[in-house]
Amino acid sequence: MSGHSSYEFQNGFLRWLDSRLPLPSMLKGQAMDFPTPKNLNYFWTFGGILLLCLVVQIVSGIVLAMHYTPHVDMAFNSVEHIMRDVNYGWLIRYMHANGASMFFIAVYIHMLRGLYYGSYKAPREVLWIIGVLIFLIMMATAFMGYVLPWGQMSFWGATVITNLFSAIPIVGKGIVEWLWGGFAVGNPTLNRFFSLHFLLPFVLAGVVILHIWALHVPGNNNPTGIDPKSPKDTVPFHPYYTVKDGFAIVLFLIFFAVWLFYYPNALGHTDNYIPANPLVTPSHIVPEWYFLPFYAILRAIPSKLGGVIAMFGAIAVLFILPWLDTSRVRSGSFRPLFKVFFWLFVFAGVVLGYCGSQPPEGSLVLIARVATAYYFLFFLLILPLLGIFEKTKPLPASISESVLPKKKAATAEPAQA
Amino acid sequence: MATAASSEPTRRDFLYIATGTAAVVGAASAVWPFIDQMNPDASVQALATIEVNIGAVEEGQSITVLWRGKPVFIRHRTAKEIEEARAVPVDQLPDPTAENAALPADAPATDENRAIKPEWLVMIGVCTHLGCVPLGQQGDFGGWFCPCHGSHYDTAGRIRKGPAPRNLDVPIYSYVNDTTLRVG
Amino acid sequence: MRNFQMKRVTLAALTAIFATGLVSISPARAAEAETEMKHVDWTFDGPFGHFDRAQLQRGFKVYQEVCSACHSMNLVAIRTLGQEGGPEFTEAEVKAIAATYTISKDIDENGDVIDRPGKPSDHFPAPFANENAARASNGGALPPDFSVLAKARHGNADYIYSIVTGYEEPPADMTMRTGMHYNTAFHGNQIAMAQPIDDGAVTYDDGTEETLDQYAQDVAAFLYWTAEPKLEARNRTGFKVILFLILFAGLLYFTKKKLWRDVEH
Repeated sequence: MSGHSSYEFQNGFLRWLDSRLPLPSMLKGQAMDFPTPKNLNYFWTFGGILLLCLVVQIVSGIVLAMHYTPHVDMAFNSVEHIMRDVNYGWLIRYMHANGASMFFIAVYIHMLRGLYYGSYKAPREVLWIIGVLIFLIMMATAFMGYVLPWGQMSFWGATVITNLFSAIPIVGKGIVEWLWGGFAVGNPTLNRFFSLHFLLPFVLAGVVILHIWALHVPGNNNPTGIDPKSPKDTVPFHPYYTVKDGFAIVLFLIFFAVWLFYYPNALGHTDNYIPANPLVTPSHIVPEWYFLPFYAILRAIPSKLGGVIAMFGAIAVLFILPWLDTSRVRSGSFRPLFKVFFWLFVFAGVVLGYCGSQPPEGSLVLIARVATAYYFLFFLLILPLLGIFEKTKPLPASISESVLPKKKAATAEPAQA
Repeated sequence: MATAASSEPTRRDFLYIATGTAAVVGAASAVWPFIDQMNPDASVQALATIEVNIGAVEEGQSITVLWRGKPVFIRHRTAKEIEEARAVPVDQLPDPTAENAALPADAPATDENRAIKPEWLVMIGVCTHLGCVPLGQQGDFGGWFCPCHGSHYDTAGRIRKGPAPRNLDVPIYSYVNDTTLRVG
Repeated sequence: MRNFQMKRVTLAALTAIFATGLVSISPARAAEAETEMKHVDWTFDGPFGHFDRAQLQRGFKVYQEVCSACHSMNLVAIRTLGQEGGPEFTEAEVKAIAATYTISKDIDENGDVIDRPGKPSDHFPAPFANENAARASNGGALPPDFSVLAKARHGNADYIYSIVTGYEEPPADMTMRTGMHYNTAFHGNQIAMAQPIDDGAVTYDDGTEETLDQYAQDVAAFLYWTAEPKLEARNRTGFKVILFLILFAGLLYFTKKKLWRDVEH
């Protein structure tokens, strides 16, 4: 993608095609020969895993759309029709529902990897920003997808989330009614959510191509955070990383399959098997697990507009992360203080997730507020200051040097665990 | 790589071939559910048999019922119609086979092979040309006439003139009793 | 050094994922504090779970003779009683069962709705014409549809078993609302449905004991099947898929190892 490879194909047809449309040499240069740091660990396989997740969701989603009916009277029943009558319908629907959770598990690991190893730092700022954009589109897509089965959680989730926009002064009410196409969540809402839920994954696929493009200009970051300095530091993407990613993908598929085949409803909510009823709100409504931390941030602020701003701010702050982190060392492996704050951040995320799943009562309110405060302090205060005050560990001279002493050290000092 | 591999080429090749084969087998099996989902589902298949009350259909009358999304003509034929149908020599027909799902593919297109009971003719009312529904008791042979492209069928539903290649199809059907017909 | 670090990172990340996963599975537990959930060892539990055909057939009998007076099962087609992985009634039995129902949905040539005996392709007819009729006949309460009920409640089959067997005399200090019945499993302990069944209410032909406990188990199993009719196919497919994936992962692992053998990384 960044310039043409001058590769001469042996195959006559490929040579013919390449001189007219240089797709073969682009693929050869970007997907096969692409020089990739040889020290990437398994956290770097999640890019490939995420690509697989996107393909699984698009393929299973297109199939579901062949059988699903986006109408308030028929949506719930058409989903059950898929589960009961359509050949392998149960498989495809559970694949799509659990696939969404798998997608988010993978994307959170992928993002935390980027955060830990400083993959957002120059020259990869645009790569990171496109990634955050992907995350936003994913959330919008997942939210609208959850509305489609038209169960109780679908309906009330849609009601609560769309009502967030009513917090905007003056125009809020107008925006919400515009989103609904009525005075409450109803058939127009369901029908447009279906349309958008179908559209957004293809937008996502387009942005993913930009993400890969932006990755292939500077090349991969790596666990040391040091740029490759010689050809000795890299290996061609194929076969080294195609096979390694393939192995990781299959491991991930095993994890996926356990949920899909043996706990297909564990990540969902029982109330969503009750058809939507605009007259009765379930006693305890929660979003899907992957939204819980943000839901907790929303509720932590005791003001409607403030909560909405905080929730959107929690994502907005990710966009400016490349400029908040002032450290000149990329990888967290050489930043002893950062490491501590990073794991505290992960812990705060888990705590927020837990708070989001519970009714906001008692000490949980305070805990959620502390965790929310930490979430923002981490980005807005800790990261800028760490770069100034933190004393980092010495960096290895090159990627090759960083991997060579490992084996010697391991054999010489086996106790150093 | 090349030098290291040459020391044990067989084992290496076997491993790569096994992995590649597993990938192909896995991908192929994963594709099947996505293809099969487009086949008729269980609720559609369950409707593949219908029972029709023919007690009220007088001689010379026809009814059309919907079966698997297609019209099925059930005609109570008059003696004259049966006679006309039986008078035609099979070797003069454009399609000399019965096109009866209950009979072998090469069964001759005699009137006896077209109807279980001579007075009841049961056929799928879809022109074998391009799928239009022919009009009853019209055309040059007193049977059916397809308005789309001018195919003429006789009183046994056999193609006699026009572009249609085959006689109208006879579905599988049986008599539950004298007044009830089961199609499918 | 780096290797150990990586392992620690992996471990911590995995812990975090599982923690979030567990959290998401357990919301709303607090609300059930005052209710009692009894656990039954179901044949359909676990990765090799399957339905007990005789139990599903008995459960269907309980549904047909008792529950169906008030509870609809709109999404379930009668034909599925003969489907693989369900009660597996024979074709003739399914037809006979279907014929016992009267279906009022066909329209004759005059435009009037006509009654006809059911066919296997029909769905179970609902006991009430609409929600208002159902409420009017049940003191204002709506008997929930049975199609996916077992999946719509925490505890699934256990919940249904606990409700059916959960009727007791209310504690002395509890004020019951009019028309309500004390039930240990129901949210708030006051349920509009009177105890639906008791010992000996349904006759079993296969010699199984005719007790409330047995009826409750059988009907709960039946309702779990109506909610999850493809459970057996799911378990079977899952076993094959995971077995294949483990094998494939093994092959890929050795391929990867071989490939990377000469690269310091």
